[in-house]
Amino acid sequence: MTRYFARKLATYVLAFFVGTTVDWGIPRLMPGNPVQIYLSKFSLESNGAWQALNKVFTRAFGLNVPVWHQYLNFWDGVIHGNFGVSYYDFPEPVTHVIRAAIPYTLALLVPAIVLSYVLGNRVGAMAARRRALDDTVLPVGYVFQAMPYAWLALAMAYYLAASHHWFPIGGAYSEGMLPNASWSFAWSLFQHWFLPFLTVFLVSFGGWAIGMRNLVIYELETDYARYLRSLGASQRLVRKYAYRNAVLPQLSGLALALGVVVGGNIVTEVVFNYPGLGLLIYHAVIDEDYFLLQGIFLFIIIGVLLANFIIDIVYVLVDPRTRLSMQGARA
Amino acid sequence: MSVTPEQSETGKAKSSASAVAATEGPPGSGQGPGAVAAEPGFYTDEELAAEGRLAAPSEVSITLASTKGSPVMGAPIGVAAGAPMLVGRKRWEFAYFAVRNKKFMFGLTVEVIFVLLAILGPFIAPYNPNTFVAAPNLHPSLTHLMGTTYFGQDVFSQLLYGLRDSYLVGFLGALFASLVGMTIGFIAGYRGGWLDEVLQLFTNILVMIPSLVLLIVIASYLKTRGVFFEGAFIGLTTWPWVARAVRAQTFTLRERDFVDLARLSGKRSSSIILKEIAPNMASYLFLVLILLFGSSILLAANFDFLGLGPTNTISLGTMMNQSMLWSALQLHVWWWFIPPGVVITIIVAALLVANVGLDEVFNPKLRET
Repeated sequence: MTRYFARKLATYVLAFFVGTTVDWGIPRLMPGNPVQIYLSKFSLESNGAWQALNKVFTRAFGLNVPVWHQYLNFWDGVIHGNFGVSYYDFPEPVTHVIRAAIPYTLALLVPAIVLSYVLGNRVGAMAARRRALDDTVLPVGYVFQAMPYAWLALAMAYYLAASHHWFPIGGAYSEGMLPNASWSFAWSLFQHWFLPFLTVFLVSFGGWAIGMRNLVIYELETDYARYLRSLGASQRLVRKYAYRNAVLPQLSGLALALGVVVGGNIVTEVVFNYPGLGLLIYHAVIDEDYFLLQGIFLFIIIGVLLANFIIDIVYVLVDPRTRLSMQGARA
Repeated sequence: MSVTPEQSETGKAKSSASAVAATEGPPGSGQGPGAVAAEPGFYTDEELAAEGRLAAPSEVSITLASTKGSPVMGAPIGVAAGAPMLVGRKRWEFAYFAVRNKKFMFGLTVEVIFVLLAILGPFIAPYNPNTFVAAPNLHPSLTHLMGTTYFGQDVFSQLLYGLRDSYLVGFLGALFASLVGMTIGFIAGYRGGWLDEVLQLFTNILVMIPSLVLLIVIASYLKTRGVFFEGAFIGLTTWPWVARAVRAQTFTLRERDFVDLARLSGKRSSSIILKEIAPNMASYLFLVLILLFGSSILLAANFDFLGLGPTNTISLGTMMNQSMLWSALQLHVWWWFIPPGVVITIIVAALLVANVGLDEVFNPKLRET
């Protein structure tokens, strides 16, 4: 048990280390440097002013020390939660800007991931070997799985919001409102949340349903399922066991799908102008706010790593054999 | 010298049960755990599931596996498992079943039509996609099949040009991802030992970094980007799940008698991998390629939509990007952004359907009677 978790933990620590290093390295490996990009926005006339500002910015960005020192400084910033000042939302510190966006992203991602996973698995398992349901779930699932998030979001924003006005088209709450603890505000939050949530939910849902359907079909063909049936076990019982076995690969699939869902969420937030990390990363790119970009990248990595860790723990909880074999390994 | 197909076939048939017994617990114990005890490694999950599947008994010598449909495009679970052979007369048997498989033929037909449109696009496009050819925001009509954009460009012509780009990116992404993923997967699975540990660690780390986010950060620093760059970068960030899957397959195959025989005959490792192991999972690799193709197209569409795609050409994703930037939603210019998305959905869905069809072709257990 300890050995298993020690290895897992080592992977996560290393992944965090690699992610942070990549985050630090990208701006330094790319052509051009951020200082010059910032300077170009000032449209400076005189060469002297350019020189002076160049010096100021180089020092402000901490680029006046050797590379290894810059790297250590970056880690120092990571540990102290100091990612510099945002250009897009000047003069807010990057950490504050990100912190304000995180609740919105989590509010979309967590329900979308959990609900699509749970419902997708249920529907997929029901579709397996049930002709009528299978004939509908499968094609619909494939179509949803094949949709680019961006397009599904656009189509929903257009048909359900822009043209029929059933839902508001963008933002997190009505423009005329200030955040407060009233029911009308909560309702407004919900209305604005629903379409982006639905987009992320639907695309993932199709994938889980299809995956589960195939897995259950496979499990129903295995030796233990045949044996159970030959013993006269009810179809219900056989299906129950098939489901429990099929859920495991789906769970590890969930860990691997996270990156895709996070990406899809970014695009969806952009379409619905929903003020989460995705919209923030979009603005950071447009406004060339590299500190913000660096900070968001790191936060997303941390989030994905944490989610992976949770899935690892759940896997051990769900699969009794993992527990047993780990105890066996320890004894 | 080398092993003949017949030999490898019997070798495989015989060893399928024993290989499982070696790496797994008893058959039916299925995925995961048994292996945790045997090989306390990082792969508790679906890789073992895939390996476990090798145990499935079957009337035919080609046993194996089902599709485990991928949960979200781009995520790994895509194809599970089977490693039937594409050697000798088997190939013709597959072709026989392939042309009779409705799903596969449907997917193939759709893809052929769209590939032809992509190739012929610039020749049959009625207008230059980039120039002002009519009044802005015209509804679809006979002269402009899909209407015009905010800039008076013909949407249908843009679509035909954009199709090329999407296929090219899909192709490049699949190419790069499969090259890197298969190389690492084969080496890790065949060599084992510390090299395997290191490569697995590397793969497991990269698999956790969201590729779209990484692409966004990288692309934001590059002012000019081409299709080649996009395809290559998509490929170089999406290979980890391929490496994991290929490694798991190689891991089971390397224990087989025919591989041992090849090793005894003094063949070099590279030639054993290419001539003995790879052909035995050819059908599996082919399914992986199809899934990679589809996921690259989707990733590129989302990426282009953010305005980070190729700066010098039109793609289906950039059409959606432009439409959003120029308020197509508010102006109700639906014909600007609906067609490109529909086309992407059709292309990718057809790939998925063909994938399922092929899986049935390669795996007799799944064939509809």
